[in-house]
Amino acid sequence: MDKQARNEKYLAYVEKKSPKAGWFTSLFHAFVMGATICCLGQMFSDIIKSFYPMMDLLTLGAWINIIVIALTILLTAFGCFDRLAKYGGAGTFIPISGFANSIASCAIEFKKEGLVFGVGAKMFYVAGPVLVNGVAYSLIVGIVYFIISLF
Amino acid sequence: MGEALLMYLKVILVGGSICMIAQLIVIKTKITPARILVIFLMVGAILGGFGLYNYVVEWAGAGATLPILGFGNSLANGAITAVKTDGLFGALSGGLIAASAGVAVSIGLSYLISFFVSSRTKKD
Repeated sequence: MDKQARNEKYLAYVEKKSPKAGWFTSLFHAFVMGATICCLGQMFSDIIKSFYPMMDLLTLGAWINIIVIALTILLTAFGCFDRLAKYGGAGTFIPISGFANSIASCAIEFKKEGLVFGVGAKMFYVAGPVLVNGVAYSLIVGIVYFIISLF
Repeated sequence: MGEALLMYLKVILVGGSICMIAQLIVIKTKITPARILVIFLMVGAILGGFGLYNYVVEWAGAGATLPILGFGNSLANGAITAVKTDGLFGALSGGLIAASAGVAVSIGLSYLISFFVSSRTKKD
């Protein structure tokens, strides 16, 4: 069998195996899951605000992120996050929960390769690009802003 | 009460829509989720750099801060606020300081659970 025929066969196989839930359904699922996670976050923010009314928006946002991250990692540890991710698609990975889940699941996955090159290195398999890009953008914004502020 | 309900409607609208756009990109273009995360982060950082995303955060609260756009925004925002207080040093340190708590919790807790949980083969 030559290469092209094999590739075509493989693509047909992938097409057959990839989930067939109509794209409208999956959009709806993503909307529901994203909205649910954000509502949960808003609920925590309201609760925190009722205890510490003086807290500024940035700290509050950071606390919500921390709570959602912690919940996600715990759910990942108990193995329930997979099902949510399967249902929600982008609705689960676009909120900060996706970032946390990618770190936690890679840490668990590569545990057997040891603490240094397994957990330590592979933990950032998905989250690494996000962090690298994020830090780079923040440097660019900071330096550009600094130069503008000089004039 | 009505005001709180309206806030939650805004949260649902903004948070849900952002996720729906991402899902639409996933379906239509087959870009991998990791790339979409980076793209959305970039958009958030750009909007944050121009100070536009803060209006969305004020309007929709957690609906705007929780998606990865908000992460990019807080990185850019952190750099800008740090420049105001610390000058050039702030430009270098501000972004990481703003993101530090979330990143540290993600890393620390993941490291911790990796001691207790082992991967298992999926059932389905």
